[in-house]
This record gives sequence, structure tokens and C-alpha cells, in this order.
Amino acid sequence: MSVEAQELDLLANDNRGKHQLEAGFDLLGWDEVTQGSVLASFEGDASDISLKKSEERAYSNFNSYTATVASWRVIKPVYNRDICIDCQNCWVWCPDTSIISRDKQMLGIDYDHCKGCGVCVEVCPTNPKSLLMFGEHTDLGESLADWPEKKKKEKK
Amino acid sequence: MAITSIKNLKEFSTNNDRFEGAHTLCPGCAHSMIVRELMNCTDDNLVISANTGCLEVSTAVYPYTSWDTSWIHIGFENAATAVTASQVMHQVRKRKGTLKDNDAPVKFVAFGGDGSTFDIGFQWLSGAMERGHDFTYICLDNENYANTGGQRSSATPIGATTSTAQAGTHSYGKKEKKKDIVSIMAAHGAPYVAQLAPNKWKSMAKGFQKALETEGPCFINTVSACCTEWRFDPKDTIHITDLATDTLMFPVYEILDGHELNILYRPKNVMPVEEYLSAQGRYKHLFKPENKHVIELIQSDIDKYWNMLQRREEARV
Ligand SMILES: Cc1ncc(C[n+]2csc(CCOP(=O)(O)OP(=O)(O)O)c2C)c(N)n1
Ligand code: SF4
Ligand code: SF4
Ligand code: SF4
Ligand SMILES: [Mg+2]
Repeated sequence: MSVEAQELDLLANDNRGKHQLEAGFDLLGWDEVTQGSVLASFEGDASDISLKKSEERAYSNFNSYTATVASWRVIKPVYNRDICIDCQNCWVWCPDTSIISRDKQMLGIDYDHCKGCGVCVEVCPTNPKSLLMFGEHTDLGESLADWPEKKKKEKK
Repeated sequence: MAITSIKNLKEFSTNNDRFEGAHTLCPGCAHSMIVRELMNCTDDNLVISANTGCLEVSTAVYPYTSWDTSWIHIGFENAATAVTASQVMHQVRKRKGTLKDNDAPVKFVAFGGDGSTFDIGFQWLSGAMERGHDFTYICLDNENYANTGGQRSSATPIGATTSTAQAGTHSYGKKEKKKDIVSIMAAHGAPYVAQLAPNKWKSMAKGFQKALETEGPCFINTVSACCTEWRFDPKDTIHITDLATDTLMFPVYEILDGHELNILYRPKNVMPVEEYLSAQGRYKHLFKPENKHVIELIQSDIDKYWNMLQRREEARV
């Protein structure tokens, strides 16, 4: 599969990863809040939120979904669709809600929220793996070109 | 109640996550794996409370929240208190018909670390269980006070080194054994009590759904591998948890109505506990010759406990 095809299929969200987590906006400072505070996760009614996919939701600026922790990463997981069997192991065990799956298909990685822990690579069952860790600045084409061949089982 | 399909992972993955990224838990932290699973088990509205600890400080960094549900944080002791009070309020308003949507199902869940569950919030948790509220308490058991730098708790196993029970020339780490919280909670007569592990995602999802569906107070202890304080590479969180369940250091089982015990995971090949201990920095010192007796003690305790679980399961009492 070409690099473009793989990149295009990733879901784009306008309001994902808009700000650095550190950057506050025009609000009371933590030391000025006297009665505790209430942060609304969404704009407007959120009663059916469990039925909406993230791209259908109206996230408020308070929702950490709109922030990014990409700067935490030194290595990143790269996804190779050609080998993936859509088992969803990576989805269930990603601690940072960063595996984007829709309709039982793995689509790719949310690099705004992925911290590069490498769990998804470890739990990927294919041979060779469909996810591998590369340096943060390695581009997708280079990574895919470097993908290892299928490992033969060692004879005992 | 709208439980979601957990027939297989593909179906499970069609759920829309309600726990968002850009929280500040360490890379590879199992707390969030467990929270995500709970929230993906149901489509119902959730009211969640959290005790102070890694989960709370990392998911509500002002001005951000990572929770797509109602979520409340109060003191270290009070996750059970806060969520049961909310549950009573909801019940009363439902009776009076003053809710925006009187028929919308709502589930009440409290999350606490082992420090807050086994130690500091223990009295409040016990009270909430005894009062019999309809809620589920989930302990994220990483066997130490992780958020404040890894102090020992009554959930820390014997032999682990922690910042307040350090291994050194005169010490092999913590001297006392882990508190058996699951039995204590079962002794409250709670309708559903379990110990679950995120590597066994299906039994965990099933257990969560059972707890959410069961009327009355439910308690679940979950194994939450902590790469920072247990000292292993973040990529290995699931591997370490596999070792925890396959050495039976963390048996996976449930107890219904305070007595009926079911084992939920029976390893095909039970591994010696050394495999689990040697994979983590916090047990490294146990492999010195003078500490060999501690490993032997841990193994013999595991064997005895597993034997007890099997006999209780068989006895159906
Ligand atoms: C009454 C009280 N005592 C102490 C603290 C300090 N404190 C905050 S978090 C924490 C450790 C939490 O440990 P645990 O409950 O195991 O959760 P973990 O961080 O390990 O997930 C401590 C001691 C506090 N907030 N309140
Ligand atoms: S590296 Fe970690 S955070 Fe990133 S996608 Fe994989 S499991 Fe998720
Ligand atoms: S774990 Fe590997 S094979 Fe399974 S869905 Fe993820 S990338 Fe695909
Ligand atoms: S210290 Fe442990 S429990 Fe706390 S966020 Fe880090 S890995 Fe998770
Ligand atoms: Mg803890």
C-alpha cells in the first residue's frame, strides 16, 4: 500500500490536538478558584455521547481531547496496514485512547495523544508485526521501506 | 441497561471511547487500560468518582478533563462516599420526577488506588458497602502510593522495595504480607466481588458488566501494573500482567453473595513466581542468596492460596 493511501485513511478531526497541555487559556488561576470548579466536557447537550464517535462530538476546550501530548514521545509506533488482521489487540490495550478503530477496522494512530509507550507493538500478533517503533522523526515512507520480513519459526 | 457486546474484540472495538487522551498518566500505565474497559462496557450514563491518586491528578489537570461523563473528585478517603451520595440523590430525584430524563439509566462507579482503598479510604468504603448502595467500587491496585513517590501500602506484597520500605543491607523491603481485600469485601456480604486483570480483557469486561448490572454494592480489585514504581519498561505492561496471572500472584476470580466462588482464569502452565519477580526492578534484591527464603515464602503462600480458592470453588459453599 502506498504511503498516501495509508495517510489519507486516517480520520482527521479539526479540534484534536489544538493546544499544548501546559498552555492555559483565559480562566481563573488554580489559586483563585474558591469553591472548586466544574468543567463541561462538551458544548451543549451530551446525554447521548456514548452513541457518538469522536468526530461527531462537540468537544469543549476543557476536554483533554483538544490538547496534545505528542511532545512526550521520543519514539513512535508506525502502522503497516498490509499485514494487519484487525484483531483490535492494540485498540483494547492502548492506555492513551490513541488507536483509531472504526467499524471493526484499525485505521491508524492518533499522534496527538500517543505517548510512544510501545504497548501496541508488543501485543500485535502478526508476523512480522503490523506496528513497529521508529524514531519520532523517521517518515512513514522510510519506516515502511524498512519493514522486516516474516520471521521463520526456529526449528527445535 | 445497555451493556455493549463483548463477544470478541472486534465487536468491543466498535464502542465509542469516553475516556480521552492527553491525560498525564505515565506512558504504559495500566490505570487507563482498566478505566477504558469499564467505560466501553456500557452505553449507559455514568457518574464516576475518583479518590486522590495517579488517576485523579492525571485526568483532571486544570483546566482539562479527560472524562466524557459526570466525574467528581473529592478527598483521598471519599470516592465511595461521594458516589453513593450521588446515587441516593439520583434515587430521590427520580422518585420526585425532577430529573431531566427520568428514565435514562445511570450507573455509579468509584475508582480508588490501593492506598485509598486498602488504607486511607477503607472505613468509608466499608461503610458504603454496609449501607448497601447500588454502586460499583473499582480498586486500581498497583500495590503502592504511586502518585506520591511509591510509598508502601497494605497492598504492597512482602519483599517489594518501596520508598518507605527500602531494600538494603539490613532489609529485604516490605516485611508484611499483602492485605486480602477481596475476602474482606466478600465478608461484607456484597452481591458481587471479584479480582480481575486487564490482560484477560474478556473476563474483565464480563466482570465489569456483571457488577454494573447487579443491584447493590459491588467491589472489584484490578491488577494495575505500574511501570514507574514496579520498574519495568512501559511497553511490557501487558506482558508483566500476563506473568502476574500466570504465576497466580494475582488469581482471577469472583465471589457471589459473599460465598459462591468461581475461578475465572486457570493458567494452562502455572509459572514459578521467579518469572514474575525477576521481570521487575522492585524485586531485584530478592535474587541475592540471603533473600532466597523470601521468594520461597511468596511461592508457598501463592500455592496455599490457589489451593484454598480451588477447594472453595469445588465446595460451592
Ligand atoms: C488524607 C490524605 N493523605 C495523603 C494525601 C497525599 N496523597 C495523594 S495521592 C497519594 C497516593 C495515592 O496512592 P493510591 O491510592 O495507591 O493511588 P495511586 O497513585 O497508586 O494510583 C497520597 C498519599 C492526600 N491527598 N490526602
Ligand atoms: S505507543 Fe502506546 S500510546 Fe501510542 S498508540 Fe501504541 S499503545 Fe497507544
Ligand atoms: S494489534 Fe496488530 S494486527 Fe491487531 S489490529 Fe492492531 S495493528 Fe492490526
Ligand atoms: S506512577 Fe504508576 S500508576 Fe502512576 S501514572 Fe505512572 S505508571 Fe501509572
Ligand atoms: Mg496505588
